[in-house]
Amino acid sequence: MSSHDTPIVAKTQAQYEYDRHHNAVHMRKQVINFAIMIFLTFIAFGMAAAGFSKYLIFPFILLLAGVQVVLQLYAFMHLEDKKTHFGGVIGFFMWMGIVIAFTFFLAFLTVVWW
Amino acid sequence: MDFNTKFTPHTWPDHPEQATMEGKNKVVGFWIFLACEVVLFASLFATYLALKNKGPAGMEFTTQGLYELPLAFAMTMLLLTSSLTSVYAIHHMRNFNFKGMQTWFGITLLLGAGFLALEVYEFYHYTHLGFTFTQSAFATAFYSLVGTHGFHVSLGLVWISTLMIRNAKRGLNLYNAPKFFVAALYWHFIDVVWVFIFTVVYLMGVIG
Repeated sequence: MSSHDTPIVAKTQAQYEYDRHHNAVHMRKQVINFAIMIFLTFIAFGMAAAGFSKYLIFPFILLLAGVQVVLQLYAFMHLEDKKTHFGGVIGFFMWMGIVIAFTFFLAFLTVVWW
Repeated sequence: MDFNTKFTPHTWPDHPEQATMEGKNKVVGFWIFLACEVVLFASLFATYLALKNKGPAGMEFTTQGLYELPLAFAMTMLLLTSSLTSVYAIHHMRNFNFKGMQTWFGITLLLGAGFLALEVYEFYHYTHLGFTFTQSAFATAFYSLVGTHGFHVSLGLVWISTLMIRNAKRGLNLYNAPKFFVAALYWHFIDVVWVFIFTVVYLMGVIG
């Protein structure tokens, strides 16, 4: 067994029940996150269908998409979990990816024309 | 650690996907892959936005004429729900409930397949209208972006179903827990990309 591995220890019944309860509470929070995502999706589609000015809708639905993505990354993909190993490495690469992504939008929307 | 060590619910670690060195490496390696996927999709999104509604003179196809919100809405609901069902699958994995995990991954697959079927219908419908891949710069950018996402969904379906079949008799251990976890991460990422597709392509397309 390598020193990087988690030692296997049998939990006491009390610890086991506590962890189970903790997992159940966590799952309830995930369902709430999901409800928020569905709600935001409804608002976004509703706004598009209602036909307001695009200068109002565009920034608003982009903001809603941003909120949804943050929920996906941090809650559903467990980035909020402080026990994730190499969290700094993950954050570094993701932010670098986002910075490069931004330069694409900047370049393509200013340089490319038809 | 012997990957095939048998566990009980009491000995199963809290974070089985990262209990071994291989699991830790797999998770961080997969996130680096996802960061590359961010860049890939950003290039496709930027191309789409630059070439949206652009094409040969007199082109009849525009985002407002083509896209239909009810279809995009149905696809969004299917994929968003499949993201929650894979959260349930990982929840059961952490509780050492193999059957629960397999069941929820199975539901995830069904929802993903439903999404894919709607996408195939959509592409079929557009091509029959004459909006084919080579019809215009707009068409090429649209199919490249949405098609690359659809390809990721198909790959995810094959990946998760293969994992489920290969491990059907093995049950949960520290060898396959990281594999299931990483597949779920991939599935969530597909949903992340779709959130931007339904916003940037469909909603912003319908408005103009």
